[in-house]
Amino acid sequence: MATSDIQVAEHALQHHFADMEQQQETSTFGMWMFLLTEIMFFGGLFCAYLVYRASYYQAFVEGSQKMNIWLGATNTAVLICSSLSMALGVRAAQMGKPKLMAVLLLITIVFGCGFLGIKGIEYHEHWVNHEFPGPTFHFETGDAVHPATDPVHTEIYFSLYWAMTGLHALHMVIGVGLVTWIIIAGLGGAYSRSYFTPVENVGLYWHFVDLVWIYLFPLLYLISKKHGG
Amino acid sequence: MKQTQEEHFDPMSHVVPVSLYATIWAALMVFTAITVFAATVELHIFNIVVALLIATIKGTLVVLFFMHLRYSTKLTMVTVVAAIFFLLILFSLSMTDYLTRAWSTSIH
Repeated sequence: MATSDIQVAEHALQHHFADMEQQQETSTFGMWMFLLTEIMFFGGLFCAYLVYRASYYQAFVEGSQKMNIWLGATNTAVLICSSLSMALGVRAAQMGKPKLMAVLLLITIVFGCGFLGIKGIEYHEHWVNHEFPGPTFHFETGDAVHPATDPVHTEIYFSLYWAMTGLHALHMVIGVGLVTWIIIAGLGGAYSRSYFTPVENVGLYWHFVDLVWIYLFPLLYLISKKHGG
Repeated sequence: MKQTQEEHFDPMSHVVPVSLYATIWAALMVFTAITVFAATVELHIFNIVVALLIATIKGTLVVLFFMHLRYSTKLTMVTVVAAIFFLLILFSLSMTDYLTRAWSTSIH
């Protein structure tokens, strides 16, 4: 360990911890506890989805057919790539390479913004097609042979779609902000090989948001084979 | 004493080779392609089973390797298991209510 590393480590060690290892483990455990509450937070929405999907399956199938499956799949790939660059960024921090970390986290931000941009295109499409729940909501399959069987309950599908992807997108925006903070702090010399806990924890947050999308994508986009995409 | 403890702490022990991350990334991309393809095949009730199975495999890879759970303390592992456990309680108890409501109306 370099001398500067030990100095940073002693500076970063809070007085109520015995050593750096205990401090890092406590911090990471705290982050996981937070993510546990996040899982329950999203869990409520997933549970609502489960209840209404079980009750109005056909309405959900018709709603899901309005999804652009290719944009959804592209966004899934974009998020997976962002998770890779995030994992490599945390690795760079572990190895005490702040510049490499900054480059990799910048790539993560680019992927994150790319995801939000594609999501914005999808949102715009749904908005102009009156697929936003509320007084302007208007749902037709646009086909005389296959008329919308249950537009009232398809509105529930779109309510859940906007709420779940919207909450997820909000987490992405917060994630981009957190990663920006880590880049600035990292370039300012805040982290070293012995102290990089904030990088690790923001990484955990980013991967968690990716994890939520891994479930949102099949549940919202891939309900039925009869897909328009 | 403090010095020896700091020397004992080796954060480098958790550094995972780049090749492992690349492998996980490739696996996640392949599973994404599989899940999109599987959605185009009519499997009736098993479409959702396959979709959720693939999502769970992907999620497990993310949690174990990207989120370093495989290299974490037992306390952290218990936290994650607790999260899954309570999530399943939320789902199963809610669904035992909603899925069985129709039973009482069919009796009358």
